[in-house]
Amino acid sequence: MIGWLQSAVPHLIVAPILLPLLTAALMLLLGERRRWKALLNVASSVLGLLIAIVLLRWVDSDAVPAVIGVYVPSNWEVPFGIVLVVDRLSALMLVLSGIVGLCSALFSIARWDRAGVHFHPLLQIQLMGLNGAFLTGDLFNLFVFFEVLLAASYGLLLHGSGRARVQAGLHYIAINLLASFLFLIGVSMLYGVTGTLNMADLAQKIPQVAAADRGLLHAAAGVLAIAFLTKAAMWPLNFWLAPAYVAASAPVAALFAIMTKVGVYTVLRLWTLLFSAQAGDSALFGAEVLTYGGLATLAFGALGMLASQQLGRLASFSAIVSAGTLLAAVGFGQAKLTAGALFYLLSSTLAISALFLLIELIDRSRQTQAVLLADEADELPLPPELLQPAHDANLDDEQHALIGKAIPGAVSFLGLSFIACALLIAGLPPLSGFLAKFAMLSALLNPLGLGIASAAERITVAGWTLLGLIIGSGLLSMIALSRSGVRYLWAPQDRPVPHLRVAECVPIVVLLGACVMLTVRADPVMRYAQATADALHDPARYIEAVMSAKPVPSRAAVIGRGG
Amino acid sequence: MELVVALAIGVLTASGVWLLLRPRTFQVIAGLSLLSYAVNLFIFSMGRLAIDKEPVVEPGIPQDLLHYTDPLPQALVLTAIVISFAMTGLFLVMLLASRGLSGTDHVDGDKGDA
Repeated sequence: MIGWLQSAVPHLIVAPILLPLLTAALMLLLGERRRWKALLNVASSVLGLLIAIVLLRWVDSDAVPAVIGVYVPSNWEVPFGIVLVVDRLSALMLVLSGIVGLCSALFSIARWDRAGVHFHPLLQIQLMGLNGAFLTGDLFNLFVFFEVLLAASYGLLLHGSGRARVQAGLHYIAINLLASFLFLIGVSMLYGVTGTLNMADLAQKIPQVAAADRGLLHAAAGVLAIAFLTKAAMWPLNFWLAPAYVAASAPVAALFAIMTKVGVYTVLRLWTLLFSAQAGDSALFGAEVLTYGGLATLAFGALGMLASQQLGRLASFSAIVSAGTLLAAVGFGQAKLTAGALFYLLSSTLAISALFLLIELIDRSRQTQAVLLADEADELPLPPELLQPAHDANLDDEQHALIGKAIPGAVSFLGLSFIACALLIAGLPPLSGFLAKFAMLSALLNPLGLGIASAAERITVAGWTLLGLIIGSGLLSMIALSRSGVRYLWAPQDRPVPHLRVAECVPIVVLLGACVMLTVRADPVMRYAQATADALHDPARYIEAVMSAKPVPSRAAVIGRGG
Repeated sequence: MELVVALAIGVLTASGVWLLLRPRTFQVIAGLSLLSYAVNLFIFSMGRLAIDKEPVVEPGIPQDLLHYTDPLPQALVLTAIVISFAMTGLFLVMLLASRGLSGTDHVDGDKGDA
């Protein structure tokens, strides 16, 4: 039984793509039966998460050489057919998208899935696109999965309709279509220069490209990078992000928290693979662009957070801050820093996703009528009068004793969750946001590892800037988040107690609980991140694993050999 | 032939970009369509341009790239055409929805300074 299970694990590589696809197809047959669709959505998301965890445990073994699962879906010889590859990074991203997808599905059950017919199938298709993009080892297949996840995201962004959503959707689609064209141009140029689309094969071919073609190769990589960096929300390609995320309904925005991370993932994967230190004349091509672009994004995002008056915009800009930090850290090309960045990726994605869900509940608790599905995006912040204490609240302790006011349970849940999100996003102790930033700062200051004298390795200007910006952006986001917390959770008086449903609280608890788990189990997670980063910066094993994958011999060939 | 194809791609791209930057939604969608044609031609040309050569193996012709044109970019173009067609269709629906909701065909939904 155990042996059978172990032999089945390599076939699970394709499951994260097939499962959501089949689920979505089944949902279309269910028509208007919303309860069944919701049940199916949650069940399928749970199953998908379990499969992702099995894959994660499988690739996270101490075996030498490291386990890298390669699946040849159409059974073609390797550089010619499409391959799916699961290594530590892919498995990590699969688990992350599984958690966020599940929480989004759960949250939608409370009320959002009633705002349109096809929420559940679209969510599953989105998960399929995400998982496919994380798994594929082929550049053109990556394009196809990008289109799948984008097509689903267009539908999800419009979920609930309303003028603000259509308007934001129009811009979002136009930008993404344009980015897709750039993606295609980059891919076809790379094919024209190297004659292959397999990522591992590309990595092998790039050092051998003739000197005359190298300019074309770099142009191709640059065009491709613009497409990915638009998705990863690098400044100045990120002006689409805040309006789109603010307009999206809460469960969709929570799912979108991982969309910018897809861009970061592809940059990390392709850049470390194609332009690794072993790539000859092209080694570390474009590192400065990533670093300085990331730093600019980080500064832009932090200022944007400070300028935000709406909670939705605040969360959107914190997604930009997170993307900027990741891009800048990746651009340094140091394994230790990348490991810290991966830890940060986990923690910040979960926190931002939770914040988007929380915002919906906080916004709703300010409404006297609880049910309001029309777009609330154009709403101005509370007028300053509400920031003054109400007349019956006695704040003068010389005349009377302060009258304590009981905080209802629902409000304290919202408040505590908001504090947790703020701590995670700003990177303050004791939660995992702090550990992630600490890991990155430590790697910046000690490039060779703690305790090893690094006199020879001087910290560059970019290094100091990143250090300053990570700390500075933490301060700015803390100011922005605490100001919003005071305005939306402390200042309002005499409002009705918000009515929270279990289905809405559970996803927030799960997301924040995952961050607490990251904090408590920081050691194994950090080890995993370090192993992932080491493998990324030394892609020889990845290339070897993909190139040595053999298609399954056909039945006729096996019988012929046997007889 | 290379020059003709290059000129065609260039003209399509330039017109597409110009239209894309216009303030009317219909101009934007026309620009996106032109850009998608340009991109499809570009992908096609990345398999090297050849006259009178088959992309699939024919009996009697030696099986090497000297005697055939590269079939892979043609397959890629097919996929890209299908996807960009679908996305343009989706964008058209958005355009109509935006027109219906805001009463104007300006890309930002503004009535005033359009």
